[in-house]
Amino acid sequence: MAKISLGKGINMGLRAAMENDPKVIIMGEDIGKLGGVFRVTEGLQKDFGEDRVIDTPLAESGIIGTAVGLALRGYRPVCEIQFDGFVFPAYDQIINQVAKMHYRSMGKLTMPIVIRIPFGGGIGAVEHHSESPETLFAHVAGLKVVACSDPVDAYWMIQQAISGDDPVVFFEPKRRYHEKAELDENTPPAYPLHQAKVVREGTDATLFCYGPMVKTCLQAAEAALEDGRNLEVVDLRSIAPLDLPTIFASVKKTRRAVVVHEAPLSLGPGSELAARVTEECFYHLEAPVLRVAGYDTPYPPSRMEEEYLPDLDRVLEGVDRVMGY
Amino acid sequence: MSESVPGIAPEVFAPVEAPVSPPQASEEVEFVQLLTPEGERVEHPDYSFDLDDEVIKGFYRDMTLVRRIDTEATALQRQGELGIWASLLGQEAAQIGSGRALNKKDMVFPTYREHGVAWCQGVDPLNLLGLFRGVDQGAWDPRDNNFHLYTIVIGAQTLHATGYAMGQQRDHAVGDPDNGEATIAYFGDGASSQGDVNEAFIYASVFNAPVVFFCQNNQWAISEPIDRQTRIPLYQRAAGFGFPGVRVDGNDVLATYAVTQQALKRAREGSGPTLVEAYTYRMGAHTTSDDPTKYRLSEDLEYWKLKDPIERVKAYLARESGVAHEFFDQIEAEADEIAARLREGCLSMPDPTLTDFFQHAYVDQTPQLVEQQAQYAAYAASFEGEH
Repeated sequence: MAKISLGKGINMGLRAAMENDPKVIIMGEDIGKLGGVFRVTEGLQKDFGEDRVIDTPLAESGIIGTAVGLALRGYRPVCEIQFDGFVFPAYDQIINQVAKMHYRSMGKLTMPIVIRIPFGGGIGAVEHHSESPETLFAHVAGLKVVACSDPVDAYWMIQQAISGDDPVVFFEPKRRYHEKAELDENTPPAYPLHQAKVVREGTDATLFCYGPMVKTCLQAAEAALEDGRNLEVVDLRSIAPLDLPTIFASVKKTRRAVVVHEAPLSLGPGSELAARVTEECFYHLEAPVLRVAGYDTPYPPSRMEEEYLPDLDRVLEGVDRVMGY
Repeated sequence: MSESVPGIAPEVFAPVEAPVSPPQASEEVEFVQLLTPEGERVEHPDYSFDLDDEVIKGFYRDMTLVRRIDTEATALQRQGELGIWASLLGQEAAQIGSGRALNKKDMVFPTYREHGVAWCQGVDPLNLLGLFRGVDQGAWDPRDNNFHLYTIVIGAQTLHATGYAMGQQRDHAVGDPDNGEATIAYFGDGASSQGDVNEAFIYASVFNAPVVFFCQNNQWAISEPIDRQTRIPLYQRAAGFGFPGVRVDGNDVLATYAVTQQALKRAREGSGPTLVEAYTYRMGAHTTSDDPTKYRLSEDLEYWKLKDPIERVKAYLARESGVAHEFFDQIEAEADEIAARLREGCLSMPDPTLTDFFQHAYVDQTPQLVEQQAQYAAYAASFEGEH
């Protein structure tokens, strides 16, 4: 077994998908010789050629729009958007074309397109490079939205996203690209793409999180032990659809829930999760579902990002509130 | 502007002159023409129409039937049977000429007005009505006729066409002028301002994609005249992107056929994209919801009526080719039949059921949607038996 980084996990997953299916092609800016600004596609163009690993012009709507045409022709494009804040020129193609094609054709046309987006903050970047726009996609019928949080999931989830016939927006926690874990490629994935995973069992409250916040929440859970609190941590993995059975089972067990995400608070994924839990687990709850999230401002200049982003202390403060209710 | 800014050449601040008006209806426009509005065949140094008069009779039939389908659809809208209709009136030659130049394996990406191209590709006209009646969003299977669903978002389909053409390249279906494949993207003068169209030009150019960009410049984007979209003739834009552009008399079916055929051949043989600007006129409103009397002159319409795409072919066939009036009568009769069938088919379209549409949102439906579908079905069922 080899120890790999999260970025390498995606790289290996892309390679495996391309080896398994000649129709898989990847496209994006600087993904060829450079291997992407995060080196996630490193070595792929050399091995699969320029026809399958396409350095595109610097036009994001063009990336997604041509991917639509390639998908209609029978290809399975994996599109890289260089940074979260740069996806918006492609938003029209994603929302009006990619997401709706299967519906408007009454099932005749499929859009097996994966849109990879490095997301989230914490890397000291300039504006437009640290955003968490997942809600803007999760709200759109026809799209599926997932986020990986560790190298093993990264390896399997990207392959699962590519092999499915629905379009998937695939969020990668850019500040966790260098996190490492052991990967055994011969052990099949334990979870389907849209299933949440209990990454830490606990009894007193559940932290729901995804992407970069999973590590933060696991650290918070360790710290909470000092206060005598045994927290459960659930990595949602899929934001649309949410894996409600796993969420409900955890809440019914711990009776308290805090949702943690970098995305702004209002109408973020935590809002939908809180509503669903209220509908299904009302009599099990000892406290309202609370949220610890980014604030409802644009992402701040990076010297302030540590204060803006949920961190261990803010998560624990949320736990204090839900326990003290 | 009299003040000069240090370091910047004064001419940068030269007052902007009034936009150069594009050629107006009354002016001479340079374009490829092979059949005059009076029905006379003319020569062009680069393009010719070499097929016999039987083919031209076929074009006449196509254009006449398509105009009749269009007229009937407009009538159906006026009678409340369609929510809206986007008429192709006046653009029959541009659509039939280009549509008939396509080979079986070529792929079409239309806007929402390409009823004539749909006809050429063998799409049942009745299937075009569903979108406008509100019973579906395009009922035909694009793979059956190589005719993609209508695209409402202006210009979006030009990128789809380019991507599809990139797929044809990757399938090694390009390189043979006769048996190779090409893709054609339809769009209008208004769409030429869209970012997507300009991105499509760039992608097609740098990847040398086998795509023909067929712009029907009908002079009007709803109420905005062409000089709100461009200060140069649209076909000249191609040069800046690095591929050829050609302007053709869009009301001349022979010329649109010849020009499109050559552009498609270029694409199929692997020589890359071409921009064809079919210079035409939207004789009707933008859609049935529009009122062109608020923004354009009736004299313009009168002028363009003299350039009618169908009348010139009829004049040629009757005068130069000696086609008897029985031929024209027979096509009128056929048009009546098609119109009657269209009307009957439209009125008997089944109303859609919301329950059925839940399943189309995803290939693998989400549990949430399965639940919503069941909830809606139960809710709808609770009204059964009521009136």
